[in-house]
Amino acid sequence: MNIMTEAAVEQKVQAGLNEPAVKMKGESVDVHYGEKQALFGVNLDIRENQVTALIGPSGCGKSTFLRCLNRMNDTIDIARVSGKITLDGEDVYDPKIDVVELRARVGMVFQKPNPFPKSIYENVAYGPRIHGLTKNRAELDGIVESSLKKAALWNEVKDRLNESGTGLSGGQQQRLCIARAIAVSPEVILMDEPCSALDPIATAKVEELIDELRENYTIVIVTHSMQQAARVSQRTAMFHIGYLVEEGATEKMFTNPDDKRTQDYITGRFG
Amino acid sequence: MAGYLFGFMALAAFVAAFLGAARGRSKRFAATEKTHSRPIYHGLNAAIWTGVPAFVFLLLWLLFQNSVIDMLVIGSYPGADSLSGSEKNLLISEIRQVAAGSVFREPTPEITAAVAHLKSLQALSSWAMLAVVAALVAVGAFLGIRAIQTRYPARHSVERSVTWFMMFSSLVAILTTAGIVLSLVYEALQFFARVPATEFLFGLRWEPQIAIRADQVAGQGAFGMIPVLFGTFAVSALAMAVAIPTGILSAIYLTEYANERFRAVVKPLLEILAGIPTIVYGFFAVLTVAPLVRSLGLSIGIDSAPNSALAAGGVMGIMLIPFISSLSDDAFAAVPRAIREGSFALGATKGETIRKVLLPAALPGIVGGVLLALSRAVGETMIVVMAAGLIAKMTLNPFESVTTVTVQIVTLLIGDSEFDNPKTLAAFALGLVLFIITLGLNLIALRTVRKYREKY
Ligand SMILES: Nc1ncnc2c1ncn2[C@@H]1O[C@H](COP(=O)(O)OP(=O)(O)O)[C@@H](O)[C@H]1O
Ligand SMILES: [Mg+2]
Repeated sequence: MNIMTEAAVEQKVQAGLNEPAVKMKGESVDVHYGEKQALFGVNLDIRENQVTALIGPSGCGKSTFLRCLNRMNDTIDIARVSGKITLDGEDVYDPKIDVVELRARVGMVFQKPNPFPKSIYENVAYGPRIHGLTKNRAELDGIVESSLKKAALWNEVKDRLNESGTGLSGGQQQRLCIARAIAVSPEVILMDEPCSALDPIATAKVEELIDELRENYTIVIVTHSMQQAARVSQRTAMFHIGYLVEEGATEKMFTNPDDKRTQDYITGRFG
Repeated sequence: MAGYLFGFMALAAFVAAFLGAARGRSKRFAATEKTHSRPIYHGLNAAIWTGVPAFVFLLLWLLFQNSVIDMLVIGSYPGADSLSGSEKNLLISEIRQVAAGSVFREPTPEITAAVAHLKSLQALSSWAMLAVVAALVAVGAFLGIRAIQTRYPARHSVERSVTWFMMFSSLVAILTTAGIVLSLVYEALQFFARVPATEFLFGLRWEPQIAIRADQVAGQGAFGMIPVLFGTFAVSALAMAVAIPTGILSAIYLTEYANERFRAVVKPLLEILAGIPTIVYGFFAVLTVAPLVRSLGLSIGIDSAPNSALAAGGVMGIMLIPFISSLSDDAFAAVPRAIREGSFALGATKGETIRKVLLPAALPGIVGGVLLALSRAVGETMIVVMAAGLIAKMTLNPFESVTTVTVQIVTLLIGDSEFDNPKTLAAFALGLVLFIITLGLNLIALRTVRKYREKY
């Protein structure tokens, strides 16, 4: 047994205090799609007000893990999740938890922009309306405006809020989807390859936005782009065929990873 | 005779195809430069040259030979110039009947002579036809095969022929429709020459059973279509009241809630419902539903007829459920999964997602389906003939009987009919009105359906 000196304990506690609090936590998460197992005992902490990037080759289970965090896997009949996932210490798969409330707290932005075939205004107002967040039209207008501003879209659309959201460009649509997610004031925002359908300029805008959003939200982002992970995230988790290979500060992961597979992936040797 | 000729042409075209393909394949071409077309195209091209001109000629010949022969026979009939058009028709049909061997009375010498003339013309005609077809086939085959050269663009010319053929096929449907509309309009105009259009369009009384022959006893008659149209819309409205909610709700349940097994059982069942002949629905309406409706009406103290608008409309509604349900089903299925997920991810429940996202997104498709169903309801005949009434009444009581446009058309045309009488001609005017209504509904429906297709 290794007995720590008092000083060492002190040091550890100090380090723990500097680390942001854990917002969400996955403990031995297994996911099966029918007979096929897609995740194997994943343990991962998501820290508050940080951007956590999930990287790894296609099909390694990044999206699957992400979709466990707001129980989007519930909408897939054959998906089965076991293990424990907590939000502020509460088990999100507890039968007492209302999945509708959970998803209001843990929002999501998808790979392909998916605005509703409604006006820009209605797209953003959708969430506040169904959750009854506002008492009158003025308050709703306020939420729509502030959400669009936070999503850095307001200036581009303020004169055409009544036009269809599907008529925007791809990058604008994706920022509209982010605004839509922000409008219900979530605590965590999950993003599944939010830039993969966007051109470089739109991507830069969304990345900039993610960096700003970190101040108020906890963000988990799946990305295929190593540069993007390096640019926007503070922590990075590397997945490989259903296993979490390694997790740590982004800087360390990209300069001095512990695992050979991480190194190979980052240097482009596979994936 | 003509049948053999068609067979002969097909055979000749087949042979030409083989010869052409063989010639296209022969070393003579391939050796020098790259051939333009593959041998199969040379073969097809030769076959087209061989078969098509002869085929078209034969069709035209068959189409016109009888009228030409009739004209010649009548032309040489003594004293035919003084005959009127219908007398000529009578005469020629008598001559043809005698020629075919069915003799009702001893033919006059003139008729016998005309029959001999007819027979000789017919024989001449078939020999001429045979000769021309054989010549066309021979010349076509010769030209078609001779045309095969290394750089001969057989691919393009085959392509062009196929395009022409497709255009012709699409014209068949259009021309037939035009013909139907024209004949309908023609008869309807005959009607309006006898009954003023204003009376027909705005009249509130419909009593068409007037005397056709002088010896019949009947009423004065009135041809106001409003009560009949009213009946059609009353029955259709009842039908839609049954079909729209049931159809849409079943579509929502099937696409959004039902599990795979339930869907696998119920969807084919719905399709069976769509395949039941309307006359069977008619039995059901008249034998089962109408008595039920009547006793229901009487038990709550409402005047109830044995055949009620409710019975006919209700059963028609059931007939239309699969219609609306399957078109709504398509409309829901066309909404991408990503949009549903977007709504769920915002914390919307299934019901909210359906009401606020899916229904608005699918609405144009659903409206299109509803309009198509409505146009079916307006034109539906069998159920109402069996289960609705005959007397035109304007009543809002669904337990009373009403009559519809289609029922009236049927009753006007069965029994004694004479085509210079307003009673019979009224059927065509009603038919025209029905046609215009359903055409309008279909146009609007197709438009809305198309609009929603463009959205994603
Ligand atoms: N809806 C599903 N049904 C069945 N298998 C799925 C489904 N979604 C993902 N999978 C499987 O789970 C594994 C992980 O997929 P995913 O999480 O989407 O990977 P990633 O996002 O890392 O590319 C893959 O092997 C994939 O085939
Ligand atoms: Mg993925």
